[in-house]
Amino acid sequence: MAQEDPQEEPFVQFKDVQKTYDGETLVVKNLNLDIAKGEFLTMLGPSGSGKTTCLMMLAGFETSTRGQILLDGRPINNVPPHKRGIGMVFQNYALFPHMSVAENLAFPLKVRKIDSATIEEKVNRALEMVRLPEMGSRRPAQLSGGQQQRVAVARALVFDPDLVLMDEPLGALDKNLREEMQFEIKHIHENLGVTVVYVTHDQSEALTMSNRIAVFDDGVIQQLDEPDQLYEKPVNTFCANFIGENNRLDGEVKSMDEGGLCTVALPDGTSIKALAVNVEGVGSRTALSLRPERVRIAPEAGSLPNIFPARVEELIYLGDHIRTRISLCGNDQFIVKVPNAQGHATLKRGATVDVGWVADDCRALDP
Amino acid sequence: MAEPIPVSANGAPGTPGATDTPDDDVSSLKARLRRAERRRRLTAMLLVAPLFAFLLVSFLIPMGDMLLRSVDNWQIPNVLPNTVERIAAWDGEALPEEAVYAAMAADIRAGKESGEIGKAATRLNYEVSGARSLFNKTRRRIERIEPPYKAALIDIDRRWGQPDIWQAIKRESGPYTASYYLAAADLTYNAEGEVVAVPEYRQVYVELFIRTIWMSLAITGLTILLGYPVAYLLANLPLRYSNLLMILVLLPFWTSLLVRTTTWITILQSQGVINDILVWLGLIATDERLQLIHNKIGTMVAMTHILLPFMILPLYSVMKTIPPSYMRAARSLGATPLTAFVKVYLPQTVSGVGAGSILVFILAIGYYITPALVGGETGQFISNFIARHMLVSLNWGLAAALGSMLLAGVLVLYLVYNKLVGIDNMKLG
Repeated sequence: MAQEDPQEEPFVQFKDVQKTYDGETLVVKNLNLDIAKGEFLTMLGPSGSGKTTCLMMLAGFETSTRGQILLDGRPINNVPPHKRGIGMVFQNYALFPHMSVAENLAFPLKVRKIDSATIEEKVNRALEMVRLPEMGSRRPAQLSGGQQQRVAVARALVFDPDLVLMDEPLGALDKNLREEMQFEIKHIHENLGVTVVYVTHDQSEALTMSNRIAVFDDGVIQQLDEPDQLYEKPVNTFCANFIGENNRLDGEVKSMDEGGLCTVALPDGTSIKALAVNVEGVGSRTALSLRPERVRIAPEAGSLPNIFPARVEELIYLGDHIRTRISLCGNDQFIVKVPNAQGHATLKRGATVDVGWVADDCRALDP
Repeated sequence: MAEPIPVSANGAPGTPGATDTPDDDVSSLKARLRRAERRRRLTAMLLVAPLFAFLLVSFLIPMGDMLLRSVDNWQIPNVLPNTVERIAAWDGEALPEEAVYAAMAADIRAGKESGEIGKAATRLNYEVSGARSLFNKTRRRIERIEPPYKAALIDIDRRWGQPDIWQAIKRESGPYTASYYLAAADLTYNAEGEVVAVPEYRQVYVELFIRTIWMSLAITGLTILLGYPVAYLLANLPLRYSNLLMILVLLPFWTSLLVRTTTWITILQSQGVINDILVWLGLIATDERLQLIHNKIGTMVAMTHILLPFMILPLYSVMKTIPPSYMRAARSLGATPLTAFVKVYLPQTVSGVGAGSILVFILAIGYYITPALVGGETGQFISNFIARHMLVSLNWGLAAALGSMLLAGVLVLYLVYNKLVGIDNMKLG
C-alpha cells in the first residue's frame, strides 16, 4: 500500500523528540520518524526500549521533554488527547465494564454530539465490520477475549479517525487467536486505508502485519525498514539478533575487498568472506550475522566462497525442517536449518560435514 | 467404603447385572457424598461454635432481652393482680365501683409488704404523670383506712376520684404494652383511649430521630466529598507517595476515638485554636468568638473526621481495581477529562461509594461518644437519649423502644442497600 513518497507530506512526524521521566536517563533519544498516510507502521522492541512511550506521546498521554510531534503537518504537543482525534486500542482492551458493547461503541460518537440515528447506524456497521452483529446488548465481561479484542478495535475505528494506535493489543490472547486477529486487523487496515501505528514486542506479529517496522532499542530506532528488508538485511547486530534466528561469529576485519565485501579473521584463524555492512575498516572488531536457513549442507567444493568443515552436535526434528546444531570455527552453538525437502542431506550426530554459504548472506555488523 | 469396588468390577460392559449396578453405585455415591459433607459441616460448626456461644451469651441474649423490655408490661398485672381482675368489668366511663377500689387497696397493701408497689407506681407514672406520688402517699396511709375503700382512697387523695388513673390501669393491664413505642414516637393515649400526638412542648423523639438522620446523611455526604479525592489519590499515586498517604489516613484510624474527639474540643472551643487564629488575624473581635462546639457544627466536624477512614478505605479498594487505561481510553475516544470522569470513572466507583456510605451512615446514626462530648444540647443524637434513659431516668422500656426503632431503621437501610447495590459488591478494603 502506501509507500514512502518523497513528495508527499508525512502524516505523522516525530522531530528530534526526547523523553525523560526522571531528568537523568532518556527513555527516548532524539527520535525522528515519518509515517505516511495509510501506512501500517509497527514499533517493535524489547520492553523498556521506548516504543510504548513514543505511542503514548503520540496519543497525548505523555508529553515530550523536547522536540515536536506533527499530525498532518500540525504540531500537537499542546493538543489534549481528546482533541487529537486518534483512535486507540489498549493492551487490556479497556472496554468500559459498566456499558454494553453497543454503548461502548457509541461512546466516542456520543461525546461528539452526533445524532442518535447516525450513531445507531455507525455502531451497527462497526459491529458488522468485526463480525459481532448480535453482540451489541452484551456486557464486555460476557464476551471471550477475542471478541473483546474485536470490540476494542471497532470502538477505536467507529468515529472514523485517520490514525489508530494499538498498544500490544493481542498480548493477552492465546497463539491461535492471536494469529487469526493479526490477519483480521491487517484486513481492516487494508479495507479502511486508515493509518495504524502498532506497538508490539512480538516479531512475528510485526512481520505479518506491517508495511514498515521501526526496531526500537535503548530509546533509539535501530532500523526502520520493510519486513523483508529487516529480516534479510539487518544493519546492526541488535536487529539481526532481535528479528529471527541468527548465528553470530565474532572476528576482526582483515581486509576490505571490492564489491562491498570484506575478509574477516576469526579467533581460531579461519578467514571468512562477508558483506561489509557496518564495519569501520581494516583492523576493527566485527560480528558476522548469518541466518540458519542460508547455510548449505555439503556444497560442492569450490562452489561457494565460504566452505568449512563442521561437526554435527545435535539434531532436533521439527517436521518441516531439522534444526541442527553444529560446531563450526570454534562456535558450538551454530544453528543450521535443514529443510525437510525431498532428498535432503541426512546427518548423523557426531559426523563431520562440510557447510558453506555465499558472501552476501554473511553480514559483517557492529560488534 | 469397600462396597463399590466389587460392584465396579462386575459393572464392566457385557457382564450380567450391569443394568442394575449403576443405581446402587449412584445411591451409594450420594450417601458417601452426604457422609463426607456432614463431616465437613460438623467441622465448620465446631470451628465457629466458641464464637457463636460467646455472641449468644454476650450479645444475642441481652439484645433479645432488651427488645422484649420495649413491650414488657409485667409491673401492672403482677403487682396489681386483684385490681386488674376487677377492672376488666369496668366500662371506663364513670368511676369504677367499690370492688375495684377494694382490690386496689388490697394490692397496695400486698405490694407494700413485698416492696414491689414502687415498680408499678413508676410504670404508671409513665402513663399518668403524678401517679408515683399518688401511690407513695396512699402507701403510707394504707394501714389506717377502712371500708368503704372508694371513699377512703378518694379521701387520701382526690386523684383516686378522677378516671384517668383507672383508665391507664385498665388499658395497661395486659402482659404487653405499646406505650413505650408510642412514647418513642411522641404519641400517647387521650381520655378516649385514642392514639394522639403528645403536646408540642413534650415532643422530643421524632425531632431527635429526624435530626439524627439528617445529620448522619450530612456527615455521610461530607465524608464522600472529602474522601473521594483522597481515595483517588491513594489509588493513583506512585507507591511511595500513596504509602505515606495511606499511613496518614490510617494513623487517626488507629488513634483512640476519645483522643480524637477531645482534640476537636481544643481546636473548636471558643478559646481554641481556630478562634484564636481568627482573632489574631483580626477577622473577628475577641468578644464575638464563634461558637463552633457544643452544637451541631461541633458534632458534624468531629464525626466527619472520625468516620472519614470508613469512607476512604472502601472507595480506595474499589478504585484500586480500576486500571488507568479506562480513563485514557475515554480521553482518546474524544471525551473531555470531566466527561471521562463522569461517564467512565464515576460509575465504576458506585459500589465503593455505596459501601462507604452505608458504613458511615450506620455508624453515624448510632454514634454516642462524640455527640455526647461535643454535641452540647443541639448536637445530641438519639443514642444519647437512649443512654440517658438507660443510666439516668432508668426508663429501660423507653430506651429499649428507641433502640429497637433505631435497629429496625438500620436493618431496613441494609435491605434497601442490598436491593440497590448488592451486598456482594460491598468492598471494605
